[in-house]
Amino acid sequence: MSDKTMNTVDTSRRNILKGGAAAAVVTLAPGVTLRTVEAAVTGPATSAKRWGMLIDANAPEGVWDLAVEACKTEQGWGPEANKSGKANDSTDPQWIRKVSVKDPKTGAKATLPVMCQHCANPPCVDVCPTGASMKREDGIVLVDKHICIGCRYCMMACPYSCRSFVHEDVKGQKPHMPRGKGTVEACTMCVHRVDKGQKPACVEALNKAGSDAIMFGDLNDPNSDISRAVSQYVTQRIRADLGVDPGVHYRGI
Amino acid sequence: MRSASRILSLTILGFAIVAVGLGITSPVQAGEVPMPNPAKAFKGEQCVEPNDVMRRDHMEFLKHQRDETLREGIRGQKYSLNACIDCHAVTSPDVAGGKVRTLKPFCAECHSYAAVSIDCFQCHSGAAQPGMGKQSALNPESMPADHDAKAMIAALESHLKKGADQ
Repeated sequence: MSDKTMNTVDTSRRNILKGGAAAAVVTLAPGVTLRTVEAAVTGPATSAKRWGMLIDANAPEGVWDLAVEACKTEQGWGPEANKSGKANDSTDPQWIRKVSVKDPKTGAKATLPVMCQHCANPPCVDVCPTGASMKREDGIVLVDKHICIGCRYCMMACPYSCRSFVHEDVKGQKPHMPRGKGTVEACTMCVHRVDKGQKPACVEALNKAGSDAIMFGDLNDPNSDISRAVSQYVTQRIRADLGVDPGVHYRGI
Repeated sequence: MRSASRILSLTILGFAIVAVGLGITSPVQAGEVPMPNPAKAFKGEQCVEPNDVMRRDHMEFLKHQRDETLREGIRGQKYSLNACIDCHAVTSPDVAGGKVRTLKPFCAECHSYAAVSIDCFQCHSGAAQPGMGKQSALNPESMPADHDAKAMIAALESHLKKGADQ
């Protein structure tokens, strides 16, 4: 019996003994108990959902630092994670970064965070020679570091320069986010939290600070907050002309 | 006559091979690599599978489930490296002065004996952290709703009754 079909109670004795979706203590005879345990299984991710974000670039500039710090803390990246203990600005990974832009004609300025845009047609996945660069059914683009060979072709292909290569030995990895020298990494949209029904760390940090500058939700659900917002406001996606269909939308740029 | 002598010589050779074979399987001799002796689990008495199954197949379980977790988003299944760490991580004077429980020395016990070169801990930290076993199959906290358990008990009991009738 595969783990995916464990939600039904099977009447086959063998399968029950092997373990179902439930936990149970069964008394077989006085003094003899049978205990089968199985954690609640969730998933798989399906294309019924399309996770996305809406970022309001009109928000006060300071909130983006909160988002970047929350990401570092949650995922364990940044100069503090270098085993050498030294920061190296030219090579240290950046999962999310604060970018300031200015229209030279009008002088209009904006500051916005840029991270993996979780494209529906991700160029990084197209070019990956090993299949490590992949898109989940629900639109989250990830690197399978188990088979990443560190060729960095995806970094060349990404129009947003949102992927980083780990150049140094690292320390202090989180249980949910293994990291190692020689692999490529990027924003995972906090997939470990999303699968538990939580929001990404950056969104939660802003919410705690009383800001909804980053909105997270299911773009496929017409009743979700994010779907309502993108239908109500004029939003842009960076380099929409490329046709990669990013899952991250922006307001005010 | 000639063939008979050949059979005889082959038989002698056979005995010689058996004798050499017995010599190899004799108890550990000086200079041999000692048998691995992995530490007893930090918590729990029974692993997710019987010990002999785990010894032979743990890598298949982990590899299979890591792909399902990462690529398909299926979480909370029976085999997880974090669950291994939760129960089997041990303190070692080589790691953080013995202050932190890590899985690496436990794995290395057999892997170095069997010359296994795979090392999960270039990326996975291997250090035990509070709350890590929450998704462990052996953790009572992660047990699902009671009604599932009751349905299963009922199904199992009806099965056992059927067996008693026959």
